[in-house]
Amino acid sequence: MHDPAPERPAGIAGPSDALAPSATMVGGGSPSVELEPELLGSELAPDAEFETARRGLGFGFWLSVGWLTVIVLLAVLADILPLEDPNATFVGAPGLGPGLHHLLGTDELGRDLLSRVIFGSRVSLIVGFTSIAVGMLIGGSIGLAAGYFRGKIDAIVTGLANILLAFPALVLALAIVTFMGPSLFHVTLAISILAIGPLTLLVRGSTIVFSQREFVVAARLLGAKSWRVVYREILANVLPGAMSLGLIAVAVAIVAEGALSFLGVSVRTPTASWGNMIAEGRIVMVQHPLITLWPAALMFLTVLALNFAGDRLRAYFDVREGAL
Amino acid sequence: MAGSGTAHLRDGADPLLRVEHLVVEFPAGVGRKVHAVSDVSFDVVEGETLGLVGESGCGKSTTGRAVVQIPRPTSGSVVFDGRDLTKLHHEELRRIRPQIQMIFQDPISSLNPRRRVTDIVAEPLVVWGRGKSAEREVKVREAFEAVGLDYDSASGRRPHQFSGGQCQRISIARALMLDPKLLICDEPVSALDVSVQAQILNLLEDMKERYGLTMVFIAHDLAVVKNVSDRIAVMYLGKICEVASADDLYRSPRHPYTNALLQSIPVPDPEVPPAGENLALSGELPSPIDPPSGCRFRTRCPRAQARCAEEEPIIREIDPTHFVACHFPVMEEAGEGAGSAGGRLFGAQAGSSAADEGSAGAASDGPASEGAASAEAASAEGDSGVAVDPAAPPYSAA
Repeated sequence: MHDPAPERPAGIAGPSDALAPSATMVGGGSPSVELEPELLGSELAPDAEFETARRGLGFGFWLSVGWLTVIVLLAVLADILPLEDPNATFVGAPGLGPGLHHLLGTDELGRDLLSRVIFGSRVSLIVGFTSIAVGMLIGGSIGLAAGYFRGKIDAIVTGLANILLAFPALVLALAIVTFMGPSLFHVTLAISILAIGPLTLLVRGSTIVFSQREFVVAARLLGAKSWRVVYREILANVLPGAMSLGLIAVAVAIVAEGALSFLGVSVRTPTASWGNMIAEGRIVMVQHPLITLWPAALMFLTVLALNFAGDRLRAYFDVREGAL
Repeated sequence: MAGSGTAHLRDGADPLLRVEHLVVEFPAGVGRKVHAVSDVSFDVVEGETLGLVGESGCGKSTTGRAVVQIPRPTSGSVVFDGRDLTKLHHEELRRIRPQIQMIFQDPISSLNPRRRVTDIVAEPLVVWGRGKSAEREVKVREAFEAVGLDYDSASGRRPHQFSGGQCQRISIARALMLDPKLLICDEPVSALDVSVQAQILNLLEDMKERYGLTMVFIAHDLAVVKNVSDRIAVMYLGKICEVASADDLYRSPRHPYTNALLQSIPVPDPEVPPAGENLALSGELPSPIDPPSGCRFRTRCPRAQARCAEEEPIIREIDPTHFVACHFPVMEEAGEGAGSAGGRLFGAQAGSSAADEGSAGAASDGPASEGAASAEAASAEGDSGVAVDPAAPPYSAA
């Protein structure tokens, strides 16, 4: 795979300049914080380190964001990168170690491992981000309504979410995928359904907190309709916290997809995914441990980066809320 | 003091707001409830400012919220401009909302931290679709100037870039955008520095004159309330205990609770001993989950007798336009204490030299007015047949 180091300075110089002024006014100011990890990633510049530390997110956060940016870029650009066909067998000798022609080596069928981990990352990222996006959209809307209106709606929603949470997650996902047939769509669907429960409760809790603030009462007193109060006053406040926890949820979803993939109920081989690559490499792990190691390491680092970035963002927004 | 009854409501006048038998209760676990507001009645005529005073947790803020129906009260009526808000449906209530606005205690929490202040002030116009965006900007600019903020330097900024006082000005600007008739101020200055408090109070006073507002002013600070109010209602544990004009209330408090509150105002004069030791008001506010029987103040009242536990006092007129809910109201023998409390208060406002004068006043020119008060008191006692126990300890022997 590509070494991320040379990519950094290029991707970073421009946007970090644009952000510098907002970073300097932090003392009394409000840097508008963008949440897309891709955008955040572009800020990782050596000269911006001091500023970012002052903004309270820390070097580790930007390192995580940088890693995620690299992974996402590779997955998006996989088709136009000079990579071997991930499914073509015997592009090199089977079981090659890392080398000049095959940077990460080849597997026991002689397929290029670099190409396979990069194409395989697409499955993890698509399932991870899509399922959480769907879960957030559905769970978030329900949670907003339950937290704002309370009463019966809230009781029903909370009850249903708890029922959903009580199911053993992996068993439920396995049931859905084996019943409907293994495919990218069905795996995404299964994990989306699993995500709705916790995300509903998360957004509901945060909505209840903000619904009691005076500015919400003030908006109601002005005669604003409910949808307007929720959309204008509450959503913007709930979103940062929900998004940062959403990043952590993406990590969980990626692990879940990996597990399903490993069990052979996600995308079918030969299409690569991190999970099924680990499963395939498992057989020859003693002779060729690197075949398992590459996808496992990528998944590990990606999940770690998502967790770390999400956690830092959550803490960051918590502190800012506390200061308000 | 428990202060049920409606004797203090003015029948002749046509009040802008008339609250009757207002009850607000919140569930507090199985079979229990918080009696936050219990049978409170008051009225406010147009152009008047009603002060609502009481210590923390007495239900004054809940009363304010119940008037605007957030949340709706458990029972009782809130008649605003001839319409009972408690009976209005959601949409009817929404249409009437612009006429009643509110200002809150926490100026920063009153403003959405994620919106620009200019958008916040323009929001009322946007909600009701009034004006095009250029016209809105003109109105917002006017509103900012009216509350003493510079529009150009404020635009584009968010609430946490402003001080508490500035945020409160922004809240006031927002509340006035829709030309309300009634403004409910829920402790609008208690979170602010003393120097800023005066500015905000003056601003409210200006706004009241400029826009012809009627106000309900909720506060725990007696000095603040006295300055802004025409009429004051004193609340204790969800009930009203005394209603009178601001001057009457401070000159001759009739309810033992009011009297104790006035006594507790510190005097900026080193010669005057602090009221701490003979302060009537000791102990904590009883739990509103299980309020005392009879008069709710009896557990802390220096004048409490057996009757207070059995029978809830009904509010009655003790002097003209002075109403009290107490079986044994403070009369002549405590008049001295009350007089000096009044004197202290004026002293507190005018400075230490005036404080001397005030305490002297209680001795010199005091007797004339107190004589009159005691005469009234005597007749009131005669009417009601309540004997004031002469042996009752003068708890305010200043």
